[in-house]
Amino acid sequence: MVRSRNDSDLLDKLGSISLNRRSFLMLGAASVSAMLLHSQSVRAQDNKVKTTSRIVIAGGGAAGLTAASQLANRLDGAKITVIDARKEHLYQPGFTLIAAGIKPMAYAISSTAEYLPPGVEWVEERVVEFDPEGHRVVTGSGKAIPYDFLVVATGLKLDYDAIVGMNVTRIGQNGLGSVYHSPASAAATWQALSTFADRGGVGVFGRPATEMKCSGAPLKYTFISDDHLRRRGNRDKAELIYNAHNKTLFSVPIVHEKARMLFQDRGVKIQYDHILQSIDVDRRIATFKTLDGSEELKYDFINVIPPMRAPDAVRNSPLPWQEGPFAGDGWMEVDKGTLRHKRYPNVFGVGDVAGVPKGKTAASVKWQVPVAVDHLVATIAGTQSDAVYNGYTSCPMITRLGRAMLVEFDYQDNLTPSFPGVIAPLEELWVTWVIKTMALKPTYLAMLRGYA
Amino acid sequence: MNKPDPMMFLVVFQEMLGPLLWVLVALAVFGVGAFLVVLIKERGIVSRRLVRAELVGLVGGALSLVLMAEVSSSGFTDAGGPADWFLIALVFGVGLAGTTILVYALAGVYAMLSNRPAPAPQPCPMEREVV
Repeated sequence: MVRSRNDSDLLDKLGSISLNRRSFLMLGAASVSAMLLHSQSVRAQDNKVKTTSRIVIAGGGAAGLTAASQLANRLDGAKITVIDARKEHLYQPGFTLIAAGIKPMAYAISSTAEYLPPGVEWVEERVVEFDPEGHRVVTGSGKAIPYDFLVVATGLKLDYDAIVGMNVTRIGQNGLGSVYHSPASAAATWQALSTFADRGGVGVFGRPATEMKCSGAPLKYTFISDDHLRRRGNRDKAELIYNAHNKTLFSVPIVHEKARMLFQDRGVKIQYDHILQSIDVDRRIATFKTLDGSEELKYDFINVIPPMRAPDAVRNSPLPWQEGPFAGDGWMEVDKGTLRHKRYPNVFGVGDVAGVPKGKTAASVKWQVPVAVDHLVATIAGTQSDAVYNGYTSCPMITRLGRAMLVEFDYQDNLTPSFPGVIAPLEELWVTWVIKTMALKPTYLAMLRGYA
Repeated sequence: MNKPDPMMFLVVFQEMLGPLLWVLVALAVFGVGAFLVVLIKERGIVSRRLVRAELVGLVGGALSLVLMAEVSSSGFTDAGGPADWFLIALVFGVGLAGTTILVYALAGVYAMLSNRPAPAPQPCPMEREVV
């Protein structure tokens, strides 16, 4: 399907304001901004690189759509194809808010089509085979699509099957929660948490031992659960246990220490080196692998976060790391500074599928994609790009309803605050909560459209 | 993070508020414009009207905080540090100033349209003493 809108959504909206005497002033104000935007787009048009390259983007999630928008902005004449079977677009950073009872399910759901830039082709299928030697991908229907450049943005696979006894159809029932699965499951998890907050009991939280998207989310949900129990006066009827997969709560040491102190303050028991292996959803027993063997925990509420791996099509291709910490789960072998594949220079990996040390978040996408796109465009133009991704990522860590810490960091575990001297990174603040609930989604949507 | 880009803020606010952004911008432009027109026409501030506008402005400031609490699913009671108090003061201040200017301007326009002679601008007490 080829989208052929003549102008951007933003300018469309501006243009749809009807001209009459009452709206004259409004239009005047809008016109100033529209002219600014227009002059920018004219400049972008002038600076576009002319090419007939075929660019395939595998995946139409946050990273894929952002890449499509940015490539469409910077190239003139390129044949850009996005391949993704999913019609729904999911705003994943919103899942936690849904599971906290703050937002409705619809908050996280929109459509892929509304963010596709004009002129970009959308193949509504899955990529089932990557053939970087033959410069082509194969879709679910067996269609081979050749490319000159490939951007892999397939996201990752939630490997629920790796937890013995786990049944995603039971999420929301009998104390079983799982925020990550889908907006519907996040909403069902909220129902389970709400019941738990009314009754109390044992609440079990934790994270998988694999790389994962937004590693702050398991901590956030523990804090949120604690707060709901307190608000209902049932905190003393509940025991909250957080099972860390290794000896830390968060990969950035200073953030780990802060989270540890907050858990101590809130009375959350921490168990290190506990990895969820199996679950009996009827008897409400979770079994964890520990250093000494295994340990069973009876729970009244549990938030299951499955192991996360590269999608099978990537894992079974030549694209993953061949050795090292990212090889086992099939993450793509890309340079951590440029996101370019280490063995196939016309292939880039962005978003969750990239085998880089930090961050599988929307914030990572926001800073990764411009770097990868800059290198791709430079290659087409026959020039060099000096753009480098430093590992920046961000986690607005909710510590109770109404407060959060704006944790931002890079590959070297440095804190990289966006508002130094104003918003302290390890301070529980309302302003950070306001950013999380009000500003992040608009910023994310602007990113998908290539504006931010 | 890269340097903040004003255009990025514009598109983010466009995503956040949609057409309401332009209604608010138009309202601000109209309010300030009408305020200036009234100011020039009357050649000064009408103290009594200003005080009344400020009183309504207090309500506007409070409503801004209520609105903020509503859309952020939280409240100023969640404030945890200086940055929060700054934000609360900012939201209240914008609501107060915006409402005051708008109410003053509307009252001035109403007075002009109904051909009421505007009360002469009153010198403030200090000026009286100096005089």
